[in-house]
Amino acid sequence: MARRSHVQTTINGETVEFLCEPRQSLLEVLRDELHLTGAKEGCNNGNCGACSVILDGRLVNSCLVLGVETEGKSVETIEGLAEPDKLHPIQDAFLENAALQCGICTPGFIMSAKALLDQNPNPTEHEVRYWLAGNLCRCTGYDKIVRAVLDAAAAK
Amino acid sequence: MLENKEYKVIGTRPIRHDGVDKVTGRALYGADFQAAGLLHGRVLRSPHAHARIISIDTSRAEALPGVKGVVTAKDLPDPGDKIADLGEGAVNLKYLCDNILASDKALYKGHAVAAVAATNPHIAEEACTLIDVEYEVLPPVLEVRQAMEPDAPLLHDHIRTTSLGETADEPSNVASHIQHKLGDPEKGFAEADVIIEREFVTGTVHQGYIEPHNATAHYNQDGQLTIWCSTQGAFTVREQVAEILQYPISKIKVVPMEIGGGFGGKISVYIKPVAALLAKKTGKPVKVLMNRADVFEGTGPTPASFIRVKMGATNEGKITAAEAYLAFEAGAYPGSPVGPGAMCIFAPYNIENVIIDGYDVVVNKPKTAPYRAPGAPNAAFGSETVVDEIAEKLGIDPLEIRLLNAAKAGDRRADGPVHPRIGCIETVEAAKAHPHYTAPNGKKHHGRGVASGYWFNIGLESSVTINVNADGTINLIEGSTDIGGTRASIAMQAAEVLGISAESVNPSVVDTESVGYTAVTGGSRTTYATGYAAYEAAQDVKRQMIARAAKLWEVDEANVQFADGEFSSINGKEEQISFRDLCGRLGETGGPIVGSGTVNPGGAGGAYATHVVDVAVDEETGKVDILRYTAVQDAGKAIHPSYVEGQIQGGAVQGIGWALNEEYIYNAEGEMTNASFLDYRMPTCLDLPMIDAVIVEVPNPGHPYGVRGVGEVPIVPPMAAIANAIYDAIGVRMTELPMSPDRLLKAMGKI
Amino acid sequence: MPTVAIPSLLRNLTNGKDSITVPGATIREVIDNLEDRYPGMKARLCEEDRIKPGLAVYVNGLLTRGSILEHVDTDAEIHFLPAIGGG
Repeated sequence: MARRSHVQTTINGETVEFLCEPRQSLLEVLRDELHLTGAKEGCNNGNCGACSVILDGRLVNSCLVLGVETEGKSVETIEGLAEPDKLHPIQDAFLENAALQCGICTPGFIMSAKALLDQNPNPTEHEVRYWLAGNLCRCTGYDKIVRAVLDAAAAK
Repeated sequence: MLENKEYKVIGTRPIRHDGVDKVTGRALYGADFQAAGLLHGRVLRSPHAHARIISIDTSRAEALPGVKGVVTAKDLPDPGDKIADLGEGAVNLKYLCDNILASDKALYKGHAVAAVAATNPHIAEEACTLIDVEYEVLPPVLEVRQAMEPDAPLLHDHIRTTSLGETADEPSNVASHIQHKLGDPEKGFAEADVIIEREFVTGTVHQGYIEPHNATAHYNQDGQLTIWCSTQGAFTVREQVAEILQYPISKIKVVPMEIGGGFGGKISVYIKPVAALLAKKTGKPVKVLMNRADVFEGTGPTPASFIRVKMGATNEGKITAAEAYLAFEAGAYPGSPVGPGAMCIFAPYNIENVIIDGYDVVVNKPKTAPYRAPGAPNAAFGSETVVDEIAEKLGIDPLEIRLLNAAKAGDRRADGPVHPRIGCIETVEAAKAHPHYTAPNGKKHHGRGVASGYWFNIGLESSVTINVNADGTINLIEGSTDIGGTRASIAMQAAEVLGISAESVNPSVVDTESVGYTAVTGGSRTTYATGYAAYEAAQDVKRQMIARAAKLWEVDEANVQFADGEFSSINGKEEQISFRDLCGRLGETGGPIVGSGTVNPGGAGGAYATHVVDVAVDEETGKVDILRYTAVQDAGKAIHPSYVEGQIQGGAVQGIGWALNEEYIYNAEGEMTNASFLDYRMPTCLDLPMIDAVIVEVPNPGHPYGVRGVGEVPIVPPMAAIANAIYDAIGVRMTELPMSPDRLLKAMGKI
Repeated sequence: MPTVAIPSLLRNLTNGKDSITVPGATIREVIDNLEDRYPGMKARLCEEDRIKPGLAVYVNGLLTRGSILEHVDTDAEIHFLPAIGGG
């Protein structure tokens, strides 16, 4: 086994330290080392977006980032989105719009939508579709997801 | 049977019960399962599409530090010559076992041949490269028509074509032949003024669920095997694993985790028995995960097919005869969905003279698995395109010709049975009346197409238990894994019976030791059959509650009635108590109340859909864009309309992918060359418009609330609807799926 | 008496007849009586004492549990069809 590196990073506002092998992706670290299993593995090569997280304000596929690369950086995951007593407006909008079926892609879509609304609070339908094109959903046909994101934008 | 009344809960749109868990990332799917001392498994797969396995040497892998165990087919018990009876159907046990770990032959690239358990997934993967397998490579056969040729390479020496119990003498790749015949097709074609005959080819496509297969298994020292996994049915996993390992079902507990999509692809087991074998060998819990390439190459897609359809009609538009030839690729082992394809193909029409022949053919591709209305989309691509062409030849509106010939209650299906109350006409009428159908559509290279589709839906067994809580809520225990909001649609049916809110029901999906037998979440059966069981369980609760009220008031049970959530005494005493208040008095009236319901209903009620689509064809690139899409469907009764719409939209979009992009692309050696989500191109949200889902409600007499399953039929019409729209746009009939840019360019004579 | 729709692939046993009326109060009795009149029929439909794997039995258009013990009414219409599974 390769020698493990010590990494200090910020995850959902908390300072976190972990050990990981250089070959471990951020997704592996989140899931297997830190037990933050909200980010999902759908393809492990950046095609499906189920593992989307926000790294220093930028949307990334955590399967394409190495764990060691997060040293000194800040990571936002689905687990950090809701407040203790209420959901994030995007989460509420997904529930209100029935924008999920099996739910496996949902954390990725919500993180992706958050990254969009953080930089473009009032997107058009086309802008939503363009931005979310890196996230695959096989259940919904996207209709209700797009509506949920537009609703969340309107609610802000 | 049908309860005809206004509903309080049914038809509303509550927040689904598992919603918060799923938007916060807290819901635990199969791959999220963790256990102390967990080992990680990895499967070695055949690099050849067809090869004899001469030897497997695992010694170098076993010697790698961190490796705790290696298994091959030798670790599986000898299946003998047994037919295993598995919930949704019966299969030859040897095929089932050989598909888990190949014994004598690898029959497709990606076929599992060995597996390793190690202390981490990377070591397990490395160890797989140290397993030495000696193969004798054989020529593969990759296409159904080639596989049916007399001189084709044989996958199995012992397969001989069976025709309803009669077996041919010579070995063949054609495993079975089925036929349906109604009336006198020859006479019917003689009566026709116009006859159209066309041949169609469809590609191999995958369900494309986002969550790869996964399984964690552990053996206790007392022999108790537990499997945590994502599956469409925990009980069917238990049955299959019990058959494959020849282990008693009483010793196997299957815990269904949340499931990230299935569409039929998570009924068959692949790595679950492998995880169990590795767990037995190592004495540790072992988690086996597939990666995306494993999913494409090692699990069942839906078959490629060759289809010939011939239909005849009079000048007035009456279809007088229909004939179909369906040859489906089963993959490596028999069992394609050609049966349902043959039974569905002409089901939207009342035709007196029909002959349908279906062939189940093995080829060197993964063993096919169910995929949403299995078999019906392939078949409908052919029949619905031919119907469109007949309408065009006769100058009749394509929806009008469907109405002229639409199947209705009392008509006979080509395979024999008579239709019960169905909503075929209603979906066509709703499509015709929809503003989409009457909107202008005249731009150059823009076109509009329509198509209809049918799927039987199935019933099968479901069990539900209800525990009544003192605060007027109930806990509803069920065995149907929730893939698309069925906790809500099942809970709502119990809530309706008991006059309580959807939020007053706490639904739980539990393991195989905690609820009665429940068949898979598949066949569009869950809201129908498990909902029916919930209805029965709630009726059981209601009966017991009435007895408690009678006891409380010292009146005869016959004098207690229940309506709108209130129990009241109807004779003599003027007494009244709400469901909630009576729940608070269970202790003093006799103790806790548990209600139960089990069903195996035969009246699933067929589902119909009619779709309208507008496309734009780019003349330069051959790319087809979907401009507008309307999907009309008979839901019987929509319990939770949002999730019914979701099924319709999702099914339509899978159909759009199948129509325009999706296919397994093989090279001459039988290797799939596009086994990733980048190259196997499923629709993204940028490829699509909103999908207008229109629900029609023609209540199903086979369910107390009139429910029909809704999950599958929406994938049946899209391919033909889009082909018909492309014809309208560019005047070329597309007969091969997918209708990808290169095929469009060829069809237009550009390349 | 119940009416059995004879699948086209079995009509070689019935001299081409596509529908046969036979007595019987259960699927088992119906099949036994069919066998008496058209020898070979039972072997095509049953394996030992059960309906062949892969076959489904419909009575009056409704899918049954596939048991030969299934009761059938005197005016029942019976079909033997390929078993189906869903996705």
